[in-house]
Amino acid sequence: MSERTAYSEYHPRWLRRRPSTYWWLERRAYLAFITRELSSIFIAWFVVYLLLLVRAVSQGDASYHQFLVWSRHPVVLVLNVVTLLFVVFHAVTWFNLAPKAMVVHLGRKRLPAALISASNYGAWVVVTAFVLWLML
Amino acid sequence: MADKITMQVTRYRPEEESGVTVQEYEVPFTKDWVVLDGLNYIKDRLDGSLSYRWSCRMGVCGSCGMTVNGEPKLTCETFLSEYGAGPVRVEPLRNFPVIRDLVVEIGDFMRKLVAVKPWIIRDQEKPLSEGEYLQTPDELDEYRQYSMCINCMLCYSACPIYGLEPGFIGPAAIALAQRYNLDSRDQGSDERLDVLSEHDGIWGCTFVGECTEVCPKHVDPAGAIQRYKLTAALENLKSFVIPKSAR
Repeated sequence: MSERTAYSEYHPRWLRRRPSTYWWLERRAYLAFITRELSSIFIAWFVVYLLLLVRAVSQGDASYHQFLVWSRHPVVLVLNVVTLLFVVFHAVTWFNLAPKAMVVHLGRKRLPAALISASNYGAWVVVTAFVLWLML
Repeated sequence: MADKITMQVTRYRPEEESGVTVQEYEVPFTKDWVVLDGLNYIKDRLDGSLSYRWSCRMGVCGSCGMTVNGEPKLTCETFLSEYGAGPVRVEPLRNFPVIRDLVVEIGDFMRKLVAVKPWIIRDQEKPLSEGEYLQTPDELDEYRQYSMCINCMLCYSACPIYGLEPGFIGPAAIALAQRYNLDSRDQGSDERLDVLSEHDGIWGCTFVGECTEVCPKHVDPAGAIQRYKLTAALENLKSFVIPKSAR
């Protein structure tokens, strides 16, 4: 994309400043961004945890029970609570982004952004309620 | 209200020094003065060697973008009084090479802007005798927001991705590409897709969102990029599932 600029004797000394190593502390949005990037490791863990659960279930009662015992271990518990917080953070970011990415028309009218956000959050609540109903 | 305010201005004089220095100036503090008025006072009365860009003084030309107390701002619409008793720190826009004092080199942005072909492209122009290309107010509303961009580059200055990965095509160029993609008179979206959907195009954006926050014209480049990501993803999907001839 970027062409190399041809230097001539008339502009030989442009000052190029690299961003500071701590640029991500300069603004809240930068910090939120870098937190999202780093927390993707936890999101990956969530996926691994889910796969382990599926494997345990597929291997029968004893294996599933063992998985539950392992899940109650304080380290796993803390890890999963932290992961849940990050997953919620990602979900909220995603739902707030949705009306920016999706422009929905109804006839000639453009649906308001708040409605698109609200429908995402609404779907989230419904799915959560369904999962809770299944579990409890 | 004090009658003077201190402005701390970053100087870079390549013929004299290899790095930047900060020079302090006392300028009159009046309620209706913007940062640019302060700089013009310095230039006219205190130090004629200070270099900076400006033109219209009314937030239209996009020339006077600088970093004021750490924030990318148009200096013609940023009042000195917003900074209380001061000092007001004025630096060049971040993420661009500095030529001198507050003047940055904008060639990279200009090349990227041209790369997205920000003009109306027609497969075939209709003859003049057939009249104008008509457009309804609803069709205008589809892209009007993006057409407000004044190329001030504050969004590039606020974008950490552009700072770290200078190859990134950047917020304004993508917003302006969308301005034409969403124009009912335009037929050039396929031509822009290649540039926009490559690695340094929209996918470079990780949705920090500061471009939208600092935009003085409320263009919402972050929104334009996210919207185009969806478009590009669908186009990509289409290219897999629909034969070329049927597209």
